[in-house]
Parts: sequence; C-alpha cells; structure tokens
Amino acid sequence: MYSDSIKRNSKGFDARLIVYYLALVVIGWITIYSTCYLPDAKMAFFDFSQPYGKQLIWIGTSLLIAVAILLIDNKILQHYAYYFYIVCLLLMVLVLFIGTEISGAKAWIKIGEFSIQPTEFMKVATALALAKFFNEGKTSGEKKYIWLIAIGMILVPVLIIMLQHDAGSALVFASFFILFYREGMSAEFLFFCLIAAFLAIFTLKFNETYAVALLTVVFLILFIKDRTQKKKARRDIILYVVSIVFVFSVNILYENVFEPHQKERIDTIMGKTSDPKGADFNLNQSKIAIGSGGFFGKGYLKGTQTKLKFVPEQSTDFIFCAIGEEWGFMGTLVVFALYIALVVRILSLSEKQRTPFARYYGYGIAGIIIFHFFINIGMTCGLVPIIGIPLPFISYGGSSLWAFTTMLFIFIKLNDN
Amino acid sequence: MSAFEKKRYYVVLVLLGVLTLVYLVHLFNIQILNKSYKQKADQNALRYITEHPARGLIYDRNDSLLVYNDAACDLMVVPNELRPFDTAELCKVLDITKEDVEKKIEKATKYSKILPSLFEQQISKEDYGYLQEKMYEFPGFFVQNRTLRSYPNPIAAHILGYVSEVGEEEIENDPYYKMGDYIGKSGIEKAYESVLRGKKGKRVVLVDVHNREMGSYDNGAEDEVAVPGTSIWCTLDMQLQRYGEELMANKRGSIVAIEPKTGEILCIISSPSYDPNLLVGKARPKNYCDLLEDPKKPLFNRALMASYPPGSTFKLANGLIGLQEGIISAGTVYSCSGGGYHIGSHVVHCHNCGGLNIYSAIQRSCNTYFCRLYYNILSNRKKYKTVQDAYNAWLDYMHSMGFAQKYETDLPYELKGSIPSAEYFDKKYNGHWNGNTVVSMGIGQGEAAVTPLQMANMLAVIANRGYYIKPHVVKAIGSKDNRNTEYDEKIYSKIDKRHFETVLQGMRQVVTSGTGRGAKIDGIEVAGKTGTAQNPHGRDHSVFALIAPVNNPQIVIFCLVENAGFGATVACPIASLMAEYYINREVKRTDLEKNIKEMRF
Repeated sequence: MYSDSIKRNSKGFDARLIVYYLALVVIGWITIYSTCYLPDAKMAFFDFSQPYGKQLIWIGTSLLIAVAILLIDNKILQHYAYYFYIVCLLLMVLVLFIGTEISGAKAWIKIGEFSIQPTEFMKVATALALAKFFNEGKTSGEKKYIWLIAIGMILVPVLIIMLQHDAGSALVFASFFILFYREGMSAEFLFFCLIAAFLAIFTLKFNETYAVALLTVVFLILFIKDRTQKKKARRDIILYVVSIVFVFSVNILYENVFEPHQKERIDTIMGKTSDPKGADFNLNQSKIAIGSGGFFGKGYLKGTQTKLKFVPEQSTDFIFCAIGEEWGFMGTLVVFALYIALVVRILSLSEKQRTPFARYYGYGIAGIIIFHFFINIGMTCGLVPIIGIPLPFISYGGSSLWAFTTMLFIFIKLNDN
Repeated sequence: MSAFEKKRYYVVLVLLGVLTLVYLVHLFNIQILNKSYKQKADQNALRYITEHPARGLIYDRNDSLLVYNDAACDLMVVPNELRPFDTAELCKVLDITKEDVEKKIEKATKYSKILPSLFEQQISKEDYGYLQEKMYEFPGFFVQNRTLRSYPNPIAAHILGYVSEVGEEEIENDPYYKMGDYIGKSGIEKAYESVLRGKKGKRVVLVDVHNREMGSYDNGAEDEVAVPGTSIWCTLDMQLQRYGEELMANKRGSIVAIEPKTGEILCIISSPSYDPNLLVGKARPKNYCDLLEDPKKPLFNRALMASYPPGSTFKLANGLIGLQEGIISAGTVYSCSGGGYHIGSHVVHCHNCGGLNIYSAIQRSCNTYFCRLYYNILSNRKKYKTVQDAYNAWLDYMHSMGFAQKYETDLPYELKGSIPSAEYFDKKYNGHWNGNTVVSMGIGQGEAAVTPLQMANMLAVIANRGYYIKPHVVKAIGSKDNRNTEYDEKIYSKIDKRHFETVLQGMRQVVTSGTGRGAKIDGIEVAGKTGTAQNPHGRDHSVFALIAPVNNPQIVIFCLVENAGFGATVACPIASLMAEYYINREVKRTDLEKNIKEMRF
C-alpha cells in the first residue's frame, strides 16, 4: 500500500459516481441508437457513419480519458488549473477566426470528420480555475475583490462565447453562482440578481413601458414609506434610476443583440406568439413526443415522433424526447433519479472534502450539471425557452461527452485524496 | 462545516428538490394526465391507409365476363395534416379551380378532420406519377389506389347496376363505410354488395415530418390484408342480352326472358338503355345528370318498374282460372257475334268470331269469349255467395301465378304492380257492381297493372305446367359450381297441371294458325300469345308472350314494345327472333332481323 504512489492516500474511487456515470452513458447510447433506428433499415452496430456508431467511439475515448485522469497526480490538476483555463480561452478566441459554424453558432473547430467545441472544455477549465482562485484567494485575505474577480473570470469566457453566437452555452456560466452562494456571496446580492432577472423577463414579456410603470409604483410605495429617512430615501431614488436604466438596456439588448430566431424563441416562451407551424413548432413536437409516452412509454424502438423527424436534433439537444416517448414517465423517473443522485452525491462528497479546492470544484461542476439538466429537460417539455445545450452524458456528441467525463472524473480523482 | 455553510448546503439541496418536484409534476401532467399528446402524436406520425380490395367480377351464365376492374387512383386529403401548399400548382395538375380546392377541403373538414376524405377521384396515370413525386410539397394529401368498374360490352346496364361513392346516409347506417368508399347503388352491384365488395384492408404506416412514408408501423402488427371481392356468375346470357338490346334499338319497351325450370332470368332488357361505362369514373356525375334529364328516361328500368295493362296475354291466366273453376271445359263453346260483347249500350269490340272453344278463343284472341268467361267466373253463385267472394277467389288465383307482388329476390327496385281488391270496387261503385262492371279485366284491360317481369313469370308457370321459381339473376357465387340455392323453391299456382296443356294447345295454335303466326321458327315448336295493350296515353303497346319449345320449354319470353300497335307486328317477331337465337345460337331470318332493327317507335 505504501509502495503504491497512486493508492497512497486512497480511500478508493467513489463507486457510486462511476455507476451513475456509466448508467447515464449507456442510456445515452441506447437512446441514440433508437433515434437512428428505422424498421426497414439495416442497422449495423459499428456503422461509424451513423451517430450511434460514432458515439461508440466517443464513449470509448471518454473511458480512456477517465482512466488517464484517475492515473495522474491530482497536484498537477491544481497546479496547472490557470494554464488550462488560459489555453481554453485561447482556443475559444481561435474559434472566432477559424471556427466552423454549426446551427448558427460559430463555436466549432473542424478536424477531419469530427468537430470539437472548445466551449465544452471551457466549462471544466473555468471550474478548475475558480477552485484554484478561491483556494488561494480565501487564504490570502484579499477578500475585498474576491467576488469581482470571480465574476470577471466567468465573464471573460462568456463574452467570447457571446461573440460566437452561442447564447445557450454562455448562460451555463451563470451556474457558478451556486458555488458563489455556497462560498458566502451575500444573499442580498443574489436577491438583486433575482430581481434583475424578474425585471428582464417582465420587460420581455410585456414591454418597457409597463416595466417602468411597475417600477414607479413600487418606488412610490417605498419612497412614501421611507420619506422621513433621508438615507433610505436616497437609496430608493438610486435604485429606481438604476432599475429604469436596466429595463431599457434589456430592451436594447433584445432589439439589437439577439438574432431573429432567438427573439422568436424568447417570444414563444413568453407566450407572445402561438403559431404552431412557426417558432414553437419544435417545442410543440417535442412536447407531443414526450407527452405521447404515457406511463410505460411506447416501447424501445417504437417511438414515432423522434424517429420521423418531427422532433429536431433528436439525438443531441432533444434526446430526452426519445426517452420520454419510448420509456414514458417511468423513463423520466429513472433519468431524474440518476441525475439527482449524481448531483447530490457530488454535493455531499464536496462537503466532506478535507481540501477546500475539491469542494470548490465539486460545487462548480454540480452547478453546471444541474443547469444543463434542468435547462435541457425544461426546454423539451416547455418549461424554459429553447436553449441549445446538451443533456450531460446522454446527448450525442464527442466534445460534450469528453468534457463532462473529464469534469466528473477530475472530481472523482480529487475526492480520492 | 460551519453552521452557515451547513445552512447554505441545505438551501441548495432544497432548491434542487423543489426544482425536481416542479419538473416531475409538469412531466406527470403532460405524459400521463393530458391525453391530447398521444392523439396528436398518432395524427403526426401514423397514416391509416385503407387498402381497397378489387371488387368481385361478374360473369354471365356461359362464363363471359360482364364486369371487371380497371386500376385507378384517388387523391385523398386529411384536413388536420394540411400545411400551406402551392394551391396554383395543385389546381394546374388536377385541372380544377381554386374555389374547387377550398370547397373540397371544407367538405372534407366537415366529415372529419383526422380521417382521410376523397379529394379528387380517379386521377389519370400521368397526374398520379407527377403527384407521387411531388407529394412532399402537399402535406396532408396522399394517393390511394382504387379499382374502377369496367364493362367490355355496353349492355345490361339496368340489371348490373352501378357503383359510386357512398352517401352520408350509407355511412351512418353501416360503420363499414367511410367517406370516399364505393358502394353498389343499384342492380346486382347493390343486391350483392356484401359479396362483391370483399373486405377492406388497413395499412398503418409511419409518415415523417415531410409527409413521406417511412415504412410500416410496429412491423405491420396492426395491418390487415384486403380480401378481394367474390366473383358472381349471373343467370344472364350475355349474347342473348346483347341481341335483345340490338333488336330493341330505337324502341321503347322491355323484354324479359326466363328459363322456366330454374327461374333464371336469361335476359332482361329495358329500352332505351345506356352504356354502363358512362356511370364510371370522373365523368359519372355529369353523365348521370344527362341521363336523368334525358326525356327518353334511359335510367328507368321498364322491365321491373313500369306497370302496363297486361293486354290480351292476360287471357291465358283467365282461361286457366275458368278451367280450374269448372266454368268452362275444353269443349265449352261461347259464340261471338254482333260486333263484340255487349253490356247495355257499351260494347267490348270483337270480330264476330262465331262459336269458339278455349283453343280457338286463344288462337284468335276473342274478346267476347273472355268477357263472357270472366263474367261467368264472377257470377258463379253456386260456389260464391257474392261477387266480392268470387272476385277475391279469382284474385287468389292471380296471386298464385305471381301477380301483384314483389318477388324480392336479387332484382333492384321491383314494382309490385296492382290488381285491386274487391273492397276497391265496393268503394268505387258504392257496393253495386257485378262481373260486367269490371269485365275489361277479363281481357287484360281496366284496373289490372303488371310489370313485364310478372308477365314473364306467368309464362314460366304455364311452361312448367303449374309452378314457378322466383325469377332471379344470380346463378352462382364464388365459383361456378357453388350454385345460388336461395331461390330453389317451387311455388305452385292453384291451377291443376292438366289445364295448362289445354292453354298451351291454344297458344300453339296462335303460332301455327292464329294471331301470332310470325313467331313460327323452323324446327322449334313455339307457343305464343299476342297482345295489344290499350294505352290511355297514346298508341297501343305491342305485346307478345312466347314459350319454346312447347314440350320441353327452355325459354319463356315476354316482349312489350310501347306504342308500336298490334302485338303481331312488332313484339311477336322480336320474341320469336330471340327464341330462335337462344335455342339455335343463330338466326336464319336475317331479313326479318334487319327489318326489326330498323323499326323506330
């Protein structure tokens, strides 16, 4: 035991996380196979021209990556966290110049047959970098700027991703607020963020006039209440002005920054349009697929909506439709159980870490997985706008699977120490 | 872990829990509680294609094909699957207007939004090929293979009937039928609809978002194979039918020929007729309207639906009743003089035939003889107390020979005909009437009304010496050996067999030396009876009844030509030519044949 460098301080890799991971990957492959399946077509298992064939390659290489991560010394991870972050940033910038555009987002580097999306790895890199930053920052005592720098570390990749026209991936970085919250960011600040989000949605749903009217009413109530206290009254006025500026900037952002198709999606989710053949056709079809599954589903390979292309991107972003259709509510429950178990396991293990680095990292990636999961499922069943991000471990795609595998196994490795 | 950190850890877990709960409730709602998604999914992806079986073929008694099927295609529409499409393009292909398209879609929507409706029937093969290629541009439309009736010979239109789209009422009455299905509307097509139609099949196919078929659903577990319709052999003799129609060209009237032993109808002609091919396909609605409005009424089936005064051929039945009732015997002589039969100032005219027995009375068609006979039948106070009783007894005899009733076999739209009851005359004459009041019925005039089919049936009774088998038109179903046994029952008249020999002897004399000498055929012993049915609307109808050969009757023929005058001049040679053609399979009297064909009435 003492002679073995790897197992020197090993508690053993967490078997539960590995089981959840494998279960999700297998469910993913089975479902990808089903989305490609047509009753009359011949289906070879190793047909690498088909997504299910390619996914086998991705799964195989992901397992290699996992093993590699488990074998390396985790000090390296901690040591090179910033370098990793900077390399990813550079790759992202490179994409801006030499990238390939796939479904509206210029976020891919094409190497031969395959395309890689650096954004996926950026998430891991950011999680690692933030962990390292908190690890050092919290001990160095410069707590004053700690949140500003942390937010800055998120905003840099977010801006580059925005330039790639990949708003969905950019949003994912908001998930780091779970980490910030856990590490002591003030609840008031988060409350302000919530208010801001509410205002933004209110503005998009109605219009800036109504938003201003609402703000004015709230302001007048507060102001009348606080009119005797000068300090509070002044705070109210500042808040009022900032809010109004915010509302107008949301509107300007909506009008000038978003692409028309993104605007349509926002309008659809806000209930402003209801043209079944237009913007929410995809959402409608997606809901029909999931909704038609019933309790036990239509049976494996028997789904009709997903196979017949009523649902778009049925092996990537909309893969949950195939699960919902063929396995019904049973399938839904299994998928939820696996994800919640996985995330709760990561969180509870994070709390038990001796080194805070692992905890920071654990909260970072738990946030990313939670965000991906709820946004992805939510968009297929109409709870959130259609934002093109994959379902971790399940969706077809090499970059995504590699990145999430790396993400999870780094945590498994960190946890081991 | 500090208390603060612990609290925040739990807050994160609680948030996760709440989010999960919200999601699961939402998914539970759309997956289990809300059933509309399941329905929408099926509409999306499953197309229920009806496989229409080929209708059964119809052969004649000698295996000649009368009706077969031609391939055709229908364009169907499912309103709920419609998406905006290039209306102008569709109009161009189908040669219809934009308003037509709107109307058709509206009609289809009214029937069902999710079931396919017929959009355009029987599109041409070229249009079909073109549309099949471009189908993806017209979501909601699809092409369905159908078969169309086709007739190698343009004959027997009335009796074969026609097939067309089902109406709303038929859909309501029988769930088997769906909008756009075809159904037999008349004739054999209607009577044997359940045999001929076969059984529709069903194919459930997956259709992708571009309206393309992507293979069968669930490996065809829900598919049902269409069962083709069963073929039918009818009793008609195609050649005789065609020959009869040729002879009846440019005349109005009817010929019914029956094989008396079996009740099988050998030919049934109503003239003017029409080419059954007219009532097929796209042109059917227009042609149908044209035929309906034609003043010559080609759609009217005179053989079954026209009621005529029977004329002198009715005398045969009265003769039989007289013999059976014992009013006369073969030797009884009535004398005819003074220009006819006198009732007060009213005279039923005749030709001063002198003294006649039943043979010569039939031979010469003597009105006086049969008026006296009829009067005597109704005045038989030894047997019947009142004229009413005597009349009703007479009516019973008539019924037993198949008059004033529908046979209700497999013939379409029969008319019952009518011979009024005693009550009718009681009402009409206030109870004061006797044999003379109604004496014109003794010679086939007056209140009696019969159809050509009933007259032919009476001839079958005479030919069979006492019984008939209900006239019918289908001989075998499925295979020629599988005889249709439904109509095998012999129905006996109330007349004894021996009396028929007497009447047949008279009918024989009609042909050898009486009013119907024109019916003579070399080598065949023909019996007949002429008739000249008075007609209040115009010239008399020419009537002839024929049985051949007398001693082993193979065919009885009743022929009526409207407004053609004496029975002897038109109906008699037609019936005779028909009998010659049927028995000898050729006609030697070609000059006569030519003359008849050229006659117009």
